Amino acid sequence: MRQRLLRPLGAVTVMAILGFLLLPAIVVTLAAFNGRAILSFPPESWSWRWFAKALAYEDFRAGFRNGLIVTAWASALALVVGAAFAFVLDRYQFRFKRTLETVLLSPLVIAHFTIGLGFLILAAQLGVARGYAVVIACHVMLVLPFVVRSVYISLRNLDPRLELAAASLGAPPARVLVTVTLPLLLPGLVSGWLFAAILSFNEFTASLFVTVQRTQTLPVAMYNYVREYADPSMAAISVIYIVATAALLTFATVFLGLGKVLNVEQAH
Amino acid sequence: MSPTRLAVELLMTSRPFLRVFVSPAALCALGLTAALAAVLQYSLRAFVPGALEPGGFTFANFAALAKPLYARVFLDTVWICFVTAFVSLIVGYPLAYALVRVRSAAIKAAILVIAVTPLFLGEVVRTYSWIVVLGTNGFINAMLLKLGLVAQPVQLLFTRFGVVAALVHVTLPVMVIMLAAALAHVDRDCERAAASLGAGPVRTFISVTLPLSMPGIVAGVTTAFAWTFSAFATPQLIGGGQVNMVSNLVYQLGFASFNFPFAASLSVAGLALTFVVLALVRAAARPLEKIGPH
Repeated sequence: MRQRLLRPLGAVTVMAILGFLLLPAIVVTLAAFNGRAILSFPPESWSWRWFAKALAYEDFRAGFRNGLIVTAWASALALVVGAAFAFVLDRYQFRFKRTLETVLLSPLVIAHFTIGLGFLILAAQLGVARGYAVVIACHVMLVLPFVVRSVYISLRNLDPRLELAAASLGAPPARVLVTVTLPLLLPGLVSGWLFAAILSFNEFTASLFVTVQRTQTLPVAMYNYVREYADPSMAAISVIYIVATAALLTFATVFLGLGKVLNVEQAH
Repeated sequence: MSPTRLAVELLMTSRPFLRVFVSPAALCALGLTAALAAVLQYSLRAFVPGALEPGGFTFANFAALAKPLYARVFLDTVWICFVTAFVSLIVGYPLAYALVRVRSAAIKAAILVIAVTPLFLGEVVRTYSWIVVLGTNGFINAMLLKLGLVAQPVQLLFTRFGVVAALVHVTLPVMVIMLAAALAHVDRDCERAAASLGAGPVRTFISVTLPLSMPGIVAGVTTAFAWTFSAFATPQLIGGGQVNMVSNLVYQLGFASFNFPFAASLSVAGLALTFVVLALVRAAARPLEKIGPH
């Protein structure tokens, strides 16, 4: 009796929470197709013109280009550094292992404005001009924990007997790494890189501190737009963002087993 | 440790690649430490108005933190962080539970994508979306007016309620991931044992599942706290000057007053506060974790 009551109650609760999560995305989509410049719900007329305006806006275009440069470098560097570190973290004991792990994972709990301020001051002290290098270095630190975690979890789930078999057949360590370990780690590496790329492309607070007009990334350009204008161009670009991000994550869930990478699959 | 795992580690006693693989990570750690050290160093320097170069060493910045204006922002920030972490725990738990326990693979994938997407959207898009939801001409007010529930638009933007609602949306994904990771590793046999001894589903949940998921609750609450503390665009745009958090003050001092030493001291104090709160939450949870059969 009780159980029969609990099940629908649970389903309704979960649906209400999913509704809360989806509400902003749905509302912003309605706003993006609004024909007039002033918001009204439901929209009185429908139009694509805000999409056209957003895509033609020069600051957004420049922000998109700058963002791609920063993201390409930051995610690639973070992937190499993070994957190598996850490997030694999983396999070896060495001096300062705990210290190194604590420092590199600390951006998960240190406020982004503190890290952004730190790189801003450091660049000033070292006399480095605030170009792409500073933004990229800052982004690498911010996304590194996500790469380390997803590669580390993949390493934990890897069957060590496969590497043993290769080694016992005479493959030197480098060959085992390239022909056995890396191919088996591919889902973890791809999702780690994907996390890093999405997070870097969307990073805002630290970027606000370390970018200048010339290196301004898309989120910074969007923030400046929201502060100055109220028309639905921003809603249009938000919709593009939401659709692209949800598509990438659906891809990751279906093809890479996102549930496994995030370690949320039932053990048995 | 399993025998195969032991064999792998024995095989790797020569530790191939160790130096090559650790060096880049060590370099990154060095860079991050240098950046944080730069903040700490600036926090102890005097502000010279009109000059970008700070003056000599002083503790004046930290003394100024005690002023009611700044102390108030700190208290407000801590309060908002706690409320956000607590609400996202209450809202996140049922979702994490459903994510782990639902049988259909399609529903599981849908819940996962919907729950995780806000995390990757970035603060600006999320915050803007909430402005459209909460604004005077926004969705909620339009619905309330249409249904005749209110005669005038309700003030939701520029209120603490609005800021917390948007912040919960930000912290919910990470809360769900951490809770789900803990729930996924709860041994279902313990629940079955409780049920076979006559405990109902509610009692089984409270006395078995909940204590066993405690590590996830601690990890979720502490991370939600730290992430809320880190939020900038949400309090800036939704708070609109009416709700100020430490992040807004740091930015304003740095980029409007160019008082980087004071901005740095606020950051250092914020960092210290975050670590104290994280340590306290962990310490408070320790006796609770012992309830579970570990």
